[in-house]
Amino acid sequence: MRVPIKWLSEYVTVVLPVKEVAQRLTMAGLEVTSIERTGDDWEDVVIGHVVEVQKHPDADRLTLVTVDIGGDENFEVVCGAGNVAKGQNIAYAKLGARLIDARTGEKKKLKKAKIRGVVSRGMVCSERELGLSDEHEGILVITSALAERGKPLAEVLGDTVLDIDMKPNRADGLSVVGVARDVAALTGETLREPDLSFEAAGESVVLRARVDINDPDLCSRFTLAIIEDIKIGPSPAWMQEALLGAGMRPINNVVDITNYVMLELGQPIHAFDYDTVSEHHIIVRRAKDGEKLTTLDGKERVFTSKQLLITDPTGPIAIAGVMGGLATEVTDKTQTILLEVANFNPVNIRRTAMALKLPSEASRRFAWGIAPELAPMASRRVTKFLVELAGGKAGEGLVDAYPVISAPVHVSLARKRIAQVLGIDPSEEQVVQALEALGFTVESKPDRFEIGVPYWRRDVLGPDDVVEEVARMVGYETIPAAPLAGRVPPGVPQPIRELRERARDILVGAGMQEIITYPLTSLEVLGRVVEAEVLEKAPPLAVVNPLNVGQERLRTSLRASLLETLARNLRLTKEHIALFETARVYMPTSGALPNEEEQIVGVVTGSRLDRFGNPTDENIDFYDAKAYAARLFERLSVTASFVAYEDYGLLSGRTARIDVSGQLVGVIGQVHPRTAKEFGLEKDVYLFEIRIADLLDHVPPVATMQAISKYPAVVEDLAIVVDRGEPAASVLAEIKGHPLVASAQVFDEYVGSQVPEGRKSLAISVSYQAPDRTLTDKDVAKARDKIVARLRANCAAELRS
Amino acid sequence: MSVLTTIEEIRAKARDGLAEVRNDAELETWRVAVMGRKSPLMSALRSLGKLGPEERKEAGRAANLLKTQLDQALEEKRETLGRARIEETETAGRIDVTLPARPLPEGRLHPVTQTQRDIVDAFVAQGFSVIEGPEVELEYYNFEALRIPADHPARELMDTFYIDRSGDTDSKLLLRTHTSPNQIRFMENNDPPVRIICPGRTYRNEATDPSHEWMITQTEVLAVDEGLTLAHLKGTLFELAKRLFGRDRKVRFRCDFFRFVEPGVDMAIDCFLCGGKGCRTCKKEGWIEILGAGMVHPEILANMGYDPDIYTGFAAGLGVERIAMLRYGVDDIRHFYENDLRFLRQF
Ligand SMILES: [Zn+2]
Repeated sequence: MRVPIKWLSEYVTVVLPVKEVAQRLTMAGLEVTSIERTGDDWEDVVIGHVVEVQKHPDADRLTLVTVDIGGDENFEVVCGAGNVAKGQNIAYAKLGARLIDARTGEKKKLKKAKIRGVVSRGMVCSERELGLSDEHEGILVITSALAERGKPLAEVLGDTVLDIDMKPNRADGLSVVGVARDVAALTGETLREPDLSFEAAGESVVLRARVDINDPDLCSRFTLAIIEDIKIGPSPAWMQEALLGAGMRPINNVVDITNYVMLELGQPIHAFDYDTVSEHHIIVRRAKDGEKLTTLDGKERVFTSKQLLITDPTGPIAIAGVMGGLATEVTDKTQTILLEVANFNPVNIRRTAMALKLPSEASRRFAWGIAPELAPMASRRVTKFLVELAGGKAGEGLVDAYPVISAPVHVSLARKRIAQVLGIDPSEEQVVQALEALGFTVESKPDRFEIGVPYWRRDVLGPDDVVEEVARMVGYETIPAAPLAGRVPPGVPQPIRELRERARDILVGAGMQEIITYPLTSLEVLGRVVEAEVLEKAPPLAVVNPLNVGQERLRTSLRASLLETLARNLRLTKEHIALFETARVYMPTSGALPNEEEQIVGVVTGSRLDRFGNPTDENIDFYDAKAYAARLFERLSVTASFVAYEDYGLLSGRTARIDVSGQLVGVIGQVHPRTAKEFGLEKDVYLFEIRIADLLDHVPPVATMQAISKYPAVVEDLAIVVDRGEPAASVLAEIKGHPLVASAQVFDEYVGSQVPEGRKSLAISVSYQAPDRTLTDKDVAKARDKIVARLRANCAAELRS
Repeated sequence: MSVLTTIEEIRAKARDGLAEVRNDAELETWRVAVMGRKSPLMSALRSLGKLGPEERKEAGRAANLLKTQLDQALEEKRETLGRARIEETETAGRIDVTLPARPLPEGRLHPVTQTQRDIVDAFVAQGFSVIEGPEVELEYYNFEALRIPADHPARELMDTFYIDRSGDTDSKLLLRTHTSPNQIRFMENNDPPVRIICPGRTYRNEATDPSHEWMITQTEVLAVDEGLTLAHLKGTLFELAKRLFGRDRKVRFRCDFFRFVEPGVDMAIDCFLCGGKGCRTCKKEGWIEILGAGMVHPEILANMGYDPDIYTGFAAGLGVERIAMLRYGVDDIRHFYENDLRFLRQF
């Protein structure tokens, strides 16, 4: 809502500096997002008088305009606008003036220029060039009585405009008078109500027009006035300036007056050409399905039975609260106006405006909810202006159909409620003063206040709404900051969250970078990492109204997001990259909500780094990825086993499933080069994916201490030859199965001429230890023999000497 | 030749030999030669038994004395060599301490995670529990239950992604536009007192620009108990502001509008960059608005089965990215989810 200070001053004396007024409004909930001073930049722009308009010798569309600015000499300016004419007062920019370039929107200093061979000394400005509006079709013609040749434009058109971000509870604030009410209350001034008086010289309206409201659930009030002998022409300068300041373009006196009163009072108004309305009889009713009307913009609209129409006995003439019809529009030929000021159901108007994609200042005000009391007031105000500014003759009286009379709201506020909510206890005098300043009536009772809510404050319905009004007036700065008191409820355990946060710390500690990516993606991208069959069987949830192409589906896998991020970053760096994300995938279910399953996915690629951080020839491999995953399990005190596996999008022979206590909790492997290529990844990429919920059951809350033997360990190295397909994990499991083995680790793998074809040698360091004694050579030899025998039997292994 | 003469010879030889020693390895060779099991001194000591008692006593004393002396010389030489080694390290072995460090694996938490955690900690320290809820939410919890009915203009403040749901059309599915549905979900199943915070991702169907993202991380705050007032809300958020932006921060409330609270407020902190004098960050205001809050609407309490005459509560919603932007001086919110490592590795 744009509120020009000049206009605001019609209703309230602005005693404080504008900045202070803006500050008080903001603190009271009418947030002033900007204070615009039109005219501040118009240093070298003055009022000029057009004394002559000639054709440009070399260009049909250009004219040479001679401008008088009250000095000794006149200036000749090249002008491209069609509306320039002799006798006009215009905005003349001298050389050096800072104007907005109409094409780029940037501010530029005006320089002397030759246009098609003619030197232009200065410029005649459009509204856009002055920053007044977007209008650039023609030049700005100044009709203000204040306009004198040579006078700085700022003195004529300059104003300060408050831009207020009105919240939808304050429908009354979508009007200059509404804002003025708050300004008056907040600065201790009195509101001057707009003058509604005029002389009704015409015949009775009631005898010449009629309205029937067939659907009072959608139209609670409808008034009609008649104004004859209308002379269409420009509206006065003060009105045009007010409209421009508020961000609306002046059109003609009738349109400007209805717009002015809408902005002034917050009540939209519609004017019909009286003679075009059949039988001068209006019927407000729901549309019949398929009913049609050509609206003001020349488009034919088709309606459903949910939409409300203004009709006459022959058919629709306007869409209630949204847009008028072309056939009944006020034109230059219009002599008599039939003035509609009505009150419609907010929800219905909002839906219709949205369905027809016709949002407007009017429909917005209806949708926010308007007090029905406003209708006759706005009607009188418009009539007054039509009489005074458009030569109209007002008909006597008003047609006023008001089938659903809205009762004034009454609130009973317990005195103790104010302190109970605000934590401060203002005096009775403060409360009464605050509320009365805002137009409430207050009756003090021993334990409560009986409060009458003014008709324009339709947002105040209950005691706490009144408490807020008190707070707005006494000021939120009077509320102290009290430390939180009272009972501390028992903590609520969140095991998934706790595990996720631990996992984040562990992976970051291991050297992985956390990323956060969007959950919306496309079927195409998901299809690179999820089998087509799976996507078909359980299609990822689709967004009905996507914002961007490629963001239509809720992901069922995090892999693609990680790979995309990896690819983007690899364009910038060739080094070792390890990324992870912990986020949700959204698995469709037959229930009310999808299953939001938390996963941890990591991706690793690049080369190992040398001492200076330069990439070396040695590439990251499976075991780097495994290192990160293994670190996670170790730190969580979970024993995980990695078992050769196949998974979609991962390379066979380089993929493992991750099992904990026999349950699959995730997978790890090399991303299939074909898949990697689809993301633009040329190098080998390794990936792991862990499902947090599955892991959760196996994570002990804390690690349990294992006894440390006081007796020395005997360490020896064994070379075990097995088939190449035999997992090292199986060999280790056999070794660790012996009770005297404290630990066993593979420290080398050998394949080559020293071992038979198809076999490999694993070098394993075995540590023997007993909890209760020092082991002898004999003990160790016996244990070793047993181990070798089991390896031979279960793993087809030989001890290499 | 007497044993004593032999001992003297050994001593002379050992002395000459030690003078030649230049390093630890040579010293070890010397030690083995002079004092090892096969050394002349050891053979001499072993042969003492063959001597007569008088001679044995004298020779024994001399041999043991020599042994002690040699041990001492060995220790002295070791120390000398050690000192020389250190001196050499300090001179010839000087290194350029300004060369870069050996690279360790580089891992950091996303800046939004870091800020989110700091926010969570500030509330956990005040007795709040952390609750998480669904991101794909029923329209009822996201809107109706929070007093934002269909076709209310307040919905215009939150452009929503709707999820296509074939078949079942009971309640529309959407991506939650705020973390506030968790208030309802929690109060439905729990009795007062309540102190919870609900961190999580939320989604708005709006075009992005330097200050707007369609994915926003929020933290919802909810406390309900007997005797809670707007002053407690101010105190609780004041604690947060001090933790995030410095102990000497000031906070300011102003009136704002959210359907599920009454009164509603917007909280600002005094600008920590200019100290309230006015700068670019605070748009010359001296104050920076960081969150919306208010007293839980009594209608919502009543709907949850909490008696609004007895219980009052406060709620707040923080945008984590906005706070992260202020803390780290990030000028464009879109940096957060572009995941450019050159950005992420700064925090
Ligand atoms: Zn500042």
